[in-house]
Amino acid sequence: MNENDLAFLEEKATTIRILTIDAIGHLGVGHIGGALSIVDVLTILYHRHMTIDPANPGWPERDRLILSKGHAGPALYSTLADKGCFPVEWLHTLNKGGTRLPSHCDKNLTPGIDMTTGSLGQGISAAIGMALALRMDKVQNTVYLIIGDGETNEGQVWEGAMAAAYFGLSNLIAFTDYNKMQIDGYTHDIMNLEDLGAKWSAFGWNVLRVNGHDFLDMDMAITRAKAETRRPSMIILDTIKGKGAHLAERNLANHNMKFDAETAREAIAILTAGKGNN
Amino acid sequence: MSTMKEMRAVYTETLIELGTKNPNIVLLEADLMKASATGPFKQAYPDRLFNVGVAEANMVGIAAGLSACGKIPFADTFACFSARRTFDQFFVSANYARLNVKLTGTDPGIAAELNGGTHMPFEDIGMMRTIPKLIVFEPSDPVSLKSLVTQNASYYGCSYMRLHRMNAPVLYSDAETFELGKGKTLRTGSDVTLIATGVLMVNEALKAADLLAQDGIRATVIDMHTIAPIDKELVLQCACATGAIVTCENHQIAGGLGSAVAEVLSENHPTLLRRIGVRNEFGEVGNLEYLKERFGLTARHIREKAAELARNTYSSPAKRDHHKTITKTHE
Repeated sequence: MNENDLAFLEEKATTIRILTIDAIGHLGVGHIGGALSIVDVLTILYHRHMTIDPANPGWPERDRLILSKGHAGPALYSTLADKGCFPVEWLHTLNKGGTRLPSHCDKNLTPGIDMTTGSLGQGISAAIGMALALRMDKVQNTVYLIIGDGETNEGQVWEGAMAAAYFGLSNLIAFTDYNKMQIDGYTHDIMNLEDLGAKWSAFGWNVLRVNGHDFLDMDMAITRAKAETRRPSMIILDTIKGKGAHLAERNLANHNMKFDAETAREAIAILTAGKGNN
Repeated sequence: MSTMKEMRAVYTETLIELGTKNPNIVLLEADLMKASATGPFKQAYPDRLFNVGVAEANMVGIAAGLSACGKIPFADTFACFSARRTFDQFFVSANYARLNVKLTGTDPGIAAELNGGTHMPFEDIGMMRTIPKLIVFEPSDPVSLKSLVTQNASYYGCSYMRLHRMNAPVLYSDAETFELGKGKTLRTGSDVTLIATGVLMVNEALKAADLLAQDGIRATVIDMHTIAPIDKELVLQCACATGAIVTCENHQIAGGLGSAVAEVLSENHPTLLRRIGVRNEFGEVGNLEYLKERFGLTARHIREKAAELARNTYSSPAKRDHHKTITKTHE
């Protein structure tokens, strides 16, 4: 990745953050914390690693992304709108009656969403099914999966961890958005996940751990995961919940918080000012 | 004695046959491949059967992912697990996501026999019937099983099939046709209708009809293989023709076939109804004969309820005359 690539990704990430904050601010409430913590990984996936066709979101030979922490949908909607899967104006319909952008991802409503999610723990199983199907069809694409750290408490995640490794699904690359916070508090206070990397390694996964807001680190990790031929990969992303919205950032209440238009405007102004400095 | 066939063998043969024509048909098991006897499918298509170990929720989620990529997954486990243990996964990842997952629950109700109460699903139909658009069915014999599974594979959408694994009498000729959502009339009689579902209860209902005939009561017998959507037209037709209905199910009377029929009747054509099924109880261990008696699921129980209705529900003069004959027979 050269400096131009990096600048491009940083610019894109800021745009996607602004769109996400604007959409949630327009509504006045939303899952802002966990949405903003994954903006950078979504940016690098959709703008550097994934092969999709925005004009044909159902193209069978596309890469897939399952956002198992479905409540972070707004970040993915901003990414997909910016990519051209649907008009950016739709973002202002977020969570309003009759919208095609519901709080949790719905594959039947939103162009570019590959799987319906929302009940935590279920995305990994669907990702395994997709990876098996692609392998059966000898399609070389990759299935990407993003799970939350709180979500990792779910037993189904570990059923999936065992099965994906046993089936040798090297076409599955998963990420844990490790922002260290869940609804009721810090993960180490509610249900400690450590040693998270050792757990995934023990289940037979290729494990990498990087800063989830550093494009160079993530690029290296994703490239290494793509080169893996025997095992699924788990890239643990150290992230900041609410990253980029100063009132939400590191705020323990940011899982699903009130975020009015005025607060959004302030946050966007700061991001826009920073954008000029890139 | 009618010919017997093993239902699970017919299920597997059918899937193998369908699999030849359609390479997208895949099968998932959760360490019950021996119980489902689907080993021959794995022999025929080694790359198309996935055994996920003892992880039913994961199995249903994997099935959803396979379906999202165009496969037609059939997923098998005991009926107690298919509903209770995977309900959220089946609801969200398969049904709410509008995918095409075919879930099969074996050993329904008292067929769990020696596995006892933990394994005895009396609630699965009730749970599944609340999922919008889901097809819920329970074939009564090997011929209808083959036909309904074939239709199920070609229909796009989720389904839940209760499958009696063991031997079942052949009730239909090979030429018989079946349609998901449409009940089959096995016998016609004007005094009372027995609406039954599944191997055990359709056969008990047929025996009950024979017993009722000895009492001079003519019973219609319906094989209501599909519980959701219920065949409303047929239920109402029977209600009008006989004025009395007895439902027969290997399941709680709450939420199952009896409830489905009661809903149709009370909203459209209130008709006297009795429900044969488990009443507010958990399962327990025992052999089939013991359990049928224990939970009141025998032909004798059906006969008692049907006779009680037939004697008391005559609305038309013609029926009243016939009623006199029945009463005399019993005097």
